[in-house]
Parts: sequence; C-alpha cells; structure tokens
Amino acid sequence: MKALNELVQEAKATALGEVVLSPNEAEVARQLQICNACRYCESFCAVFPAMTRRLSFEQNDIHYMANLCHSCGACLHACQYADPHDFQVNIPQSMAKVRLETYQTYAWPKSMGKWYQHNGLWIAICLTLSLAFFVALIMMKQNSSVFDGTKVLGFYDILGHNAMVNLFAPIFIFDVIALGIGLFTFLSKIAPVTGGVGASTPATLEATQNMLTLKYLDGGHGEGCNNEDDAFTLAKRRAHHLTFYGFMLCFASTSVATIYHYGFGLFAPYDLSSLPKLLGVVGGVSLLIGSIALAKLNLSRHKDHGDAKQKPMDLGFIALLILTSSTGLLLWLAGKTAAMPLLLALHLGSIMALFLTLPYGKFAHGIYRGAALVRFAVEKRQPSRLILKED
Amino acid sequence: MHTRNLRCMHDEPQDVLVESYPEEEFWQDLLKVTGGQTNEEMARIAIRDSSTCRPWMEKHGVRFQPSLSGALHTARTNAFFMGGGKALINAYFRSAKNLGIQVDYNATAIDIDVKDGVFKSATVSHLQSDGSKTLETIFAKSCVLACGGFESNIDKLRQAWGQNQWGEWPADNFLIRGSRFNQGTMIDRLKDQGADIIGDPTQAHMVAIDARAPLYDGGICTRIDCVSLGVVVNKFAKRFYDEGEDFWPKRYAIWGRLVALQPGQIAYSITDSKAVGRFMPPVFVGTKANTLEELADLIGLDQSTFMQTMNEYNQACRVGTFNHTVLDDCHTEGVSPVKSHWAIPITQAPFYAYPVKPGITFTYLGLKTDQTAAVYFSDQPSPNLFAAGEIMAGNVLGKGYTAGVGMTIGTAYGRIAGHQAAQFVLSASPSNTNGSGPESELSMNRSIENTVSEES
Repeated sequence: MKALNELVQEAKATALGEVVLSPNEAEVARQLQICNACRYCESFCAVFPAMTRRLSFEQNDIHYMANLCHSCGACLHACQYADPHDFQVNIPQSMAKVRLETYQTYAWPKSMGKWYQHNGLWIAICLTLSLAFFVALIMMKQNSSVFDGTKVLGFYDILGHNAMVNLFAPIFIFDVIALGIGLFTFLSKIAPVTGGVGASTPATLEATQNMLTLKYLDGGHGEGCNNEDDAFTLAKRRAHHLTFYGFMLCFASTSVATIYHYGFGLFAPYDLSSLPKLLGVVGGVSLLIGSIALAKLNLSRHKDHGDAKQKPMDLGFIALLILTSSTGLLLWLAGKTAAMPLLLALHLGSIMALFLTLPYGKFAHGIYRGAALVRFAVEKRQPSRLILKED
Repeated sequence: MHTRNLRCMHDEPQDVLVESYPEEEFWQDLLKVTGGQTNEEMARIAIRDSSTCRPWMEKHGVRFQPSLSGALHTARTNAFFMGGGKALINAYFRSAKNLGIQVDYNATAIDIDVKDGVFKSATVSHLQSDGSKTLETIFAKSCVLACGGFESNIDKLRQAWGQNQWGEWPADNFLIRGSRFNQGTMIDRLKDQGADIIGDPTQAHMVAIDARAPLYDGGICTRIDCVSLGVVVNKFAKRFYDEGEDFWPKRYAIWGRLVALQPGQIAYSITDSKAVGRFMPPVFVGTKANTLEELADLIGLDQSTFMQTMNEYNQACRVGTFNHTVLDDCHTEGVSPVKSHWAIPITQAPFYAYPVKPGITFTYLGLKTDQTAAVYFSDQPSPNLFAAGEIMAGNVLGKGYTAGVGMTIGTAYGRIAGHQAAQFVLSASPSNTNGSGPESELSMNRSIENTVSEES
C-alpha cells in the first residue's frame, strides 16, 4: 500500500496536469539513470543509443524505449549493477513490465486492454468458445443430409466458402482496426519525443530491415542473444524467423487462395503442386517448428529475464500458433479420412481463437516494436542536443 | 569487473581503433603521468603486448565495440569491450571452463608457503553454503598471484594514510570503486616471507566520485564529470585547485587525491544551468537551487564564505570564447587558485551542487616483479611464483594514471605470468620425456588437509 503522502503527491501532480509515472515506469527511469552514467552496453542494441540522447526519462520516452527493448538479455548478463549489487539493475525485466502496461494503455477499445493482465484466461475463453462453436457446427452438419457416409467430403461440404468468409473476415477487419488505432495512438505519443519529424525513406527502409532480420537479437556482434545463461545463442532469432516467416507464408497461402477463388474461379481443394498448397505446407511446417522452438526457449530462459507474470501470455500465443499449424498440417495429411470433420473443427477453432486474441495478446509486440524501431531510425538521423564529454 | 577498455598501441587503424598510437607515444604518455616512477623495460613489454593481445582476447570470447558516446577522444587509444568488464569475465570464465579449468567460488587465499623463493603451497578458505569455512592447502608446481591490491582493506588504507593535520583519518572517508575482496592478504603474507615490495602505499588510482556512492562497487557510474565546467569548493566553502588546468580526461585521476587532502575529505562541484547537457549525466541527482545562497544552505556550507568564494570567482572570470573542446581562453585573473580554462561566471539559475569524495580504484603498492612476471625475494626472481594485475601494476605505474593502462598491464602480464608458470611446470617435469600429456602435469595436488570450522 502506498504511503499517504505519496498519494497526496500524486493527487497534487494530477491536479497540476503533470504525468505521474507508474511504479514500473518509475523503476525504468531509475535504472536508466544508472545506465546513462555507465553506458558499457552501448553496442548491444538500439535502447542504449536512444538512452544516450537523453538526460531524463519522461513517460513517453519510457514507453518508446520499453518497446525498443527486444528482451535479449545481453545487458543483464554484462551488468555490473545487476543483482547482487544494491542498484538492482535489470533492464530486460523492467522494460518487459512497462511494455505490458503500454499494450494495455494503447489498446482499443480501452476496456479490452485489461485482458493483457489476464491473458491466459482470455486465450482459454476464446479458444474454448471457438472450438465449441466449430464442433457444434460440424455435429449439426453430420446430422444433416451431406453426411451420409458414402461419399468423401470436402471442406466446403462441411462449411461453405462464403460462410467461412463471413465468419473470419469481420474478425480480421476488427483486428486491423483495433491494432491500427493502438499503433496510431502509440505513435502520436512517441513521435514528438523522437525527433518529431516523419519517417524518411532511408529511415523506413532501415527500420524494416531491422524488423525483418531481427537485427537486435544478434547481440551487437552477430553471435546472438542470451537465453538460459551468459552464452550467446542465435536460437531465438532463428526460431522467431521460422515462426514469423512461416506465419507470413500461411497468410500468403490464404491470400493467394482468395485471389484464385474470386479472381479465377479456381476453387479449393488445391493440388500439392499448386501455389496456395505449397505456401501453406511450407509455411505450416516452418511455423510449427519455429513456435515449438520458441516455446522450448521460453521455458528454458534464465529466471531473471523478462517478466515471469507474462509467461502465460507468451506461451498462450505460442500454443495457439502450434495448434493452428499442427491442425492445419494434419488436416492436409488426413483430409480424406473420417477424421477430417473433427480436424477441420479443431483447425478453424484455433485460427478463430488466434485472430480473436490477436489485438489483446503477445502478437501486439510486433506492432509496437515495429513502431519503436521506425522512430529509432528517425531519431538517430536527428542531431543530438547534448554535447557530452567525459574521461 | 568495473573496467571497460584497455589502452592499445597500434601503428595503423585497427577495427575499433582509429588512426595510430605508436609505441613511443604510449611510452611518453606513461612517462608523463608517472613522473618517471616506472620501469621502462617492463612498461615497453606491456605496451608492445597491447598491440597483439586483442586477437587473443577475441579468441577467448571478448568482443569489442567502438568508443562509447562521450568518450570519443579515446577512439584512437582505447579499445572498449562490449558490455564492459563483467562481460569480459563471463567470456574468460566460459573459455576457461571449456578448457577444463576448475574455478572455485567463495574461496579466499589466506596463506602462502614459500621456501627460499620457491612456491610450495597456498592455503584457501572455502566458504560453505551453511556459512562455515573449510581450509584447503593446495600444492602446485607453480603459482600465479592475480588477487589485486589492498584497496578494499580500510584498515590498511587507514594505516597507510595515517592522520592528517586536522587529526582526521582520511581513509575513513574513502569509497572503494570496486569489489570488497581486494584485501591485500597475499601482499602481507609474502612480505612476511621476504618478498620484495615496491610502491608508496598511499599511491593509487583515485578519482573524485559522488559522495553518495556505496562503500563498495560503485564502479564507473558514480563519477562526477562537471568539475571543469564550474568550480569545486571544500567543506569550508573555499576553492582549492585549478578546475580548468587541462582537459578533464587528463585530470580526472588527480581529483581523488586532491579531495583526499582536503578537510573532511569532501568537496562540492558547483555548476549552473549552462553546464546542463555538457557533461556525462551523473547517477545521483544534484542538489538544485534557484540562488547560490539557497544552494549553500542546502548543502550545509557557510553561506557568507560560499558567496565570497563565488563572487570572487565570478568577478575574476575573463570570458573570451567558451569552447569546452579546446583549451579555450576563458580564464581567471586575480583569484587564487586560478582557473586556467573554461572560466565563465556561475550566474545562471538553477544552480547545482554534487558532493564528491575520494573513490579508490586500485592501489599501487605491490610485489616487485620483472619482465617475466616473476616475484622477487631479496632481489632474486622466484622460479615458480608469478604475479599479474594490480598486485604488480605498481612496477609500471608508480603514480598517476592514464585511461585503460591498468587493463593493459593486467592483460599483458597475465598472459606472461600464465605462460611462465606453464613453462616452468613443463620444463621441470621429468615425465616430460615419458610421453604423458601436459594437461596431467599442470594439474595440481589438492588436498583438504585440516578441515576446521572457523569462527567468522
């Protein structure tokens, strides 16, 4: 519980229109003041070069830098002020805590932001309802005329193409709107403290490259970041690449199939040699391997990395990716057996849960970190207002 | 562990190092800061080694980064390790582990046995998880001592510095920038057994650091870098040294000693808002006031003396063209001590004060060694006892300091000592000819001789 005078201070500050830092934000500001006087970690990532452009850390700076942090752990293992030192510096952990607060702060609609705090529950509810919905749908179909046991069924016999579009398109559009508004709000807060100007083409290209290559998981020396201990490893970077590019290939598969369907009148199912199938199978395998590897890395991470409270969110999102990719691949392999209707229900149910939870879960990290990386690329091109000298 | 770079000789640009820093220039720099209290032969060995040691460091996992922001003037002379000293130790530890080297934690060397200059054994106290201690005597064919100076031992610092003219024990107000473990035990034990000792016990790398820093392990972040941008007064609110004598990087290492010689071993670095953003941000927030009078009250200095000092200084400033990056023409006239450069009146509110105390990095008193890192007994080198790091750095560094030279000496003589120790074991071993590998010959004979529980 807060001391009375602290509450009074806060009330006064609020009345004066001052921004009161949350305890987690204040902790980041405290630690960055130590880091800014030390600077040994300057080459690890983008956070420290961003820090050296500042003398003090206000809320918007903290939100920006928290999302710039990739939680690679390099600075923690190098830190002379980490536990057991009295200063108790742990940048990856304190940044992770603020990061979650920023997701909540910028969530749209605002009331949905609270699900970041109870993300495991949120995912469980969405997954249960989605699965129940599709299992029920299939059971209804099984009782109807299409399921007479004599002919091999296709997916669309169970759920028509238009029905699928009607179910998934609104969710997808909502995701884009919700995350888009979050992104816009976040950018409007951090842009003024990161140079103020818009992103030039070179800045955008550099940021895009840093996102697509996960530049800041390379440790600054190319040998990778830390996971279970102070040894460098590229495992996380590679696992994330498999996951991200696998996800994008699956997405491309669906997009191509949609074009085939509406543009050329070519309807699913497609042959293995067809583009949608190739993209889907390669993407699915990549996503499955990548997300299993990410789960393993998450479970074996050093106890001081990140925020332990966020493990359900991290692992929940990874679990949905594993479920989506594995059921998709099983559906392809067992599509002509009696197990197909059930597998289809599982697959569609997990995809629906994935997209329902997209704007209020781990997926948001990509959006906000991407924005922070763009602003970093902009800011570093602006002249610094400081003229610091030392020994 | 708090180190961040090493000073490197190089004849042409090399990865993180720009331009060149030839042997002669490095030697002249060292000669200047030590005032001749050095050993040219040993110094030149360290300097030459600094041009070749980085590939070796990289082989063992150390990674380098360009000079840090705010330290660009060292881009030519100093190579910074990525992540600093702890990252370097992590890399060395990992490399040692991969080579099969055993490292004991919570183990303190408390005694050493030397007969006629020949190392026999060392006694180690192991701290157990239940808090008890176990003694172990380790017999080995050779030994390298790399256990630091005595900077963490307040009693020894107290003895060395004694009492000053005001009856104070100056060492009582020292802060130790590094770990609490550099107790100087081996220096004492070896001195008792006739080892030759070099160096003045009061000489050390000593910096003026924030007085609010912890007693141990404050490290780099507690430094105060605004001295040359303002004035420094002692507890009687008087100035005592030319704050603008030379560039801060060339002067920061003398201010610890200057403050140590002041009453109460405390001083206050005073600046105004013109200095904000021109020096490295300090870890602790400065005392801030809207008037100098208020500032004096807040830091507990006599207001009238303080105002007199500040007014005298402000009136003595002959402001030309202020430029912190050159030895500019802003100086004082008619005030003592003078401020030779960057002297501009402290008049623009808000005003800031940072309290400073002497922060000791490492002491220079140590074991006399030679270019083979051998420890000397009655002017004779030991065949199998070697020393590296702070415990022998005083051979090269009798006084003064220049950034990164401690790591240069440590790295150079660490490699030399290790090499010599291994050479001795290999050459002295009779089994060298009967085909058994060097690994078995290097292994030590460890025996827990007398297990006792010590009172702690």
